[in-house]
Amino acid sequence: MLPFDFEYYRPETLKEAVERYQFLEHQGKQPTYFSGGTELITLGRINLAYADAVIDMKEIAECNMKEFNGDHLVLGSALSLTQIEEANPFPLLTSVASEVADHTARGKITLGGNICAQIFYREAVLPFLLADSQVIIVGPEGIRNVQINEIFQEHLRLKKGELLVQTVTDRRFIGAPFFAKKRRQQWDTGYPLITVAALKIGQEIRLAISGLCPFPFRSEEMEVYINRWGQSLEARIDGALSVLPKSILDDVEGSADYRIFVLRNLLMDALQALG
Amino acid sequence: MRRREGEETVASRTITLNINGEERNVMVRNADTLLYTLRGKLGLSGSKPGCLNGDCGACTVNVDGWPMKSCLMLAVEAEGKKVMTIEGLRNAPIQQAFVKEFAFQCGYCTPGFIMNCHALLEQHPNADDKTIKEWLESNICRCTSYIEIEKAVKSVLRGHSGGS
Ligand SMILES: Cc1cc2nc3c(=O)[nH]c(=O)nc-3n(C[C@H](O)[C@H](O)[C@H](O)COP(=O)(O)OP(=O)(O)OC[C@H]3O[C@@H](n4cnc5c(N)ncnc54)[C@H](O)[C@@H]3O)c2cc1C
Ligand code: FES
Ligand code: FES
Repeated sequence: MLPFDFEYYRPETLKEAVERYQFLEHQGKQPTYFSGGTELITLGRINLAYADAVIDMKEIAECNMKEFNGDHLVLGSALSLTQIEEANPFPLLTSVASEVADHTARGKITLGGNICAQIFYREAVLPFLLADSQVIIVGPEGIRNVQINEIFQEHLRLKKGELLVQTVTDRRFIGAPFFAKKRRQQWDTGYPLITVAALKIGQEIRLAISGLCPFPFRSEEMEVYINRWGQSLEARIDGALSVLPKSILDDVEGSADYRIFVLRNLLMDALQALG
Repeated sequence: MRRREGEETVASRTITLNINGEERNVMVRNADTLLYTLRGKLGLSGSKPGCLNGDCGACTVNVDGWPMKSCLMLAVEAEGKKVMTIEGLRNAPIQQAFVKEFAFQCGYCTPGFIMNCHALLEQHPNADDKTIKEWLESNICRCTSYIEIEKAVKSVLRGHSGGS
């Protein structure tokens, strides 16, 4: 049970959702978009999250889209990870998303919620970073369509009142060879440690990582070393590890050294799988 | 002015929930979880509170035929959906299988496991081992009755002879 009260709205259109957000803000309230809602429900219970008005987006048609539009896969932000897994329109995404939380929880956790969440891991964003997907965003200033790598820097840089509506991914990335592996602290359902996702486009390997830093990222600097095909696997990996971001996580789930050790092994697996 | 118990406000109202095939009207705070509402307001105490954090699965119910951790859902989110709790199952094949295989010890995790297994049987009656493992990893049994639970599930799934 949550220790605070909030108003609850379930708009059926994007316009209604954005207008409701603005209206509540003008009233001096602290509204929040709510997709799966697991963040507010779990963190709110222990006073680490708060809202006094909730705008549930699960009834908005655009946020539930799951279809190919010509050569582009459109996925709505309110789709649950289980819905995506069952339909399997993007195998790399299925592979990564099916490692988030557990099967039942994934019936509640949504794509947009995972991409926009506070938690460090947010693995569901990795495939979109690798596939140069577009994100459709709507807010008080209207609708915009942005390449995800331009707007996802440590987190999705939304302006106040904006919400993520859809991701749009070119079919040519969807069928490309991929690698995805999540290592946990322990067992198959323990807390996440590191996830590596990689996509091979022609002779180029792209690399995205979650759980190493307090944010998921794709690193073009690391990709330069990873793609030095004339060198040994070890040299390519050493090169990639020499250009890691500075802020390596060092916590009870895993020390910084241990995380880098696990990453090194995962990179070896990725390169062996993708050549 | 003090608010009277049961009075509607912007943060609480009466909703209608479809639970185990019955329409039930209940006054909830928007902030009440489905688990709290089922147990505290509707007298359906079969769904168990464990971690209250989405980790243990003791609170699992079915929503529109899919497993749902009722501590991760607000009661107001369940409006317009069909909720089934352990009280709605009457001697279902999976319940009989749990009894036959002694798939519990203290029994605290059992309603959650059964609701998850029931949804699995409905959604994937031919589930393979990988699917069974993926679904059942959502629930924790402190008494570690896992082998017996696996036997019980397999005994009611098509294509498994039971207890493999
Ligand atoms: C049992 C359990 C296990 C977990 N394991 C993992 C794990 O392995 N990996 C991991 O990454 N996370 C994990 N989490 C955390 C969980 O993934 C996040 O809390 C979740 O991703 C949020 O998804 P949601 O749909 O519930 O989002 P919500 O709680 O609805 O939203 C999360 C945040 O994003 C904002 N938001 C949501 N949708 C949008 C949108 N469309 N546009 C703009 N803002 C939006 C919300 O306002 C909120 O701030 C776990 C959580 C639980 C309960
Ligand atoms: S009480 Fe809901 S998952 Fe533990
Ligand atoms: S039988 Fe005791 S927790 Fe499962």
